[in-house]
Amino acid sequence: MKNLIFLLIGVIFGITMFKSEAASWFRIYEMFQFQSFHMYGIIGSALLIGAVGIQVIKRLDLKSFSGETIELAPKTKGFNRYMFGGIIFGLGWALVGACPGPMFSLLGAGFGSIAVVILFSVLGTLVYGMVMKKLPH
Amino acid sequence: MNWIFEPWPWYVAGPLIALVMFSLLMADKNFGMSSNLRTLCAICGAGKSVDFFKIDWKAQQWNLLVLIGTVIGGYIGLHFLSNDTVVYLNPRTVTELKALGFQSAGSSYLPTELFETSNSFDVKNFSILAIGGLLIGFGTRYAGGCTSGHAISGLSNLQLPSLVAVIGFFIGGLIMVNVIFPLIFS
Repeated sequence: MKNLIFLLIGVIFGITMFKSEAASWFRIYEMFQFQSFHMYGIIGSALLIGAVGIQVIKRLDLKSFSGETIELAPKTKGFNRYMFGGIIFGLGWALVGACPGPMFSLLGAGFGSIAVVILFSVLGTLVYGMVMKKLPH
Repeated sequence: MNWIFEPWPWYVAGPLIALVMFSLLMADKNFGMSSNLRTLCAICGAGKSVDFFKIDWKAQQWNLLVLIGTVIGGYIGLHFLSNDTVVYLNPRTVTELKALGFQSAGSSYLPTELFETSNSFDVKNFSILAIGGLLIGFGTRYAGGCTSGHAISGLSNLQLPSLVAVIGFFIGGLIMVNVIFPLIFS
């Protein structure tokens, strides 16, 4: 039952990524050229609702479906990893116009060549795991 | 209900993404898609030689289900919820992209010049897709998250590291479209 819920959440996410065109390479290019409000509206409204909702959760100490306190994993402190990792990610995001959610939505929509991006993003993660101890974090 | 077959506006998509994030919180999970890439490495046995992948991937099964759902969602979005999938861009964007050699701008969902399977396997396009994938996979794990983990989950929770990461995303993206695109496309 719980598995079905996770699958359903993914379906809603995948449909939303495809139908909002957040999975379109063109929309990502347009965003990085500041030529449309569309992507900023998507991320901004999700963020605004998210931030308000999380404050409500914290202030009212709302519980999850299982009755547990809702935990938001805090990000570990640091600067280098977020800045350098962020820049590397941004280069890739703009180049292939898809990030780790939308690329799977595109796969489902039948764009076969996105499988190359997915395969190499798994490899990129593998490379990170192999060299991480040598990188500034 | 005809609107559902049209491209969804930002004020529909944004709240739906927030709904996805809250649904996962209510199920005791945090929204973040790129963790799946690490899990996939672990499933393929990378934990045997690299400590970073020595994780109990079964504990991440829920996120793989979200991933499989995302694939199914893409299928449903294209086959059942779309009349036409052309992305209508800012006319200025279309002009710029055509000058870069993307004639499909304004008349398709993805640039056919790059993603049409008959074009994707020439050396240049394959390299672009492969290098883009490598940068995404490497960068997202180095930064500890992608768009969902930092720009949505992290910033919603007012995490300073996520702000740094999102600024990094934009520095990288701006360098790519302004400096590197004119060099590799024309």
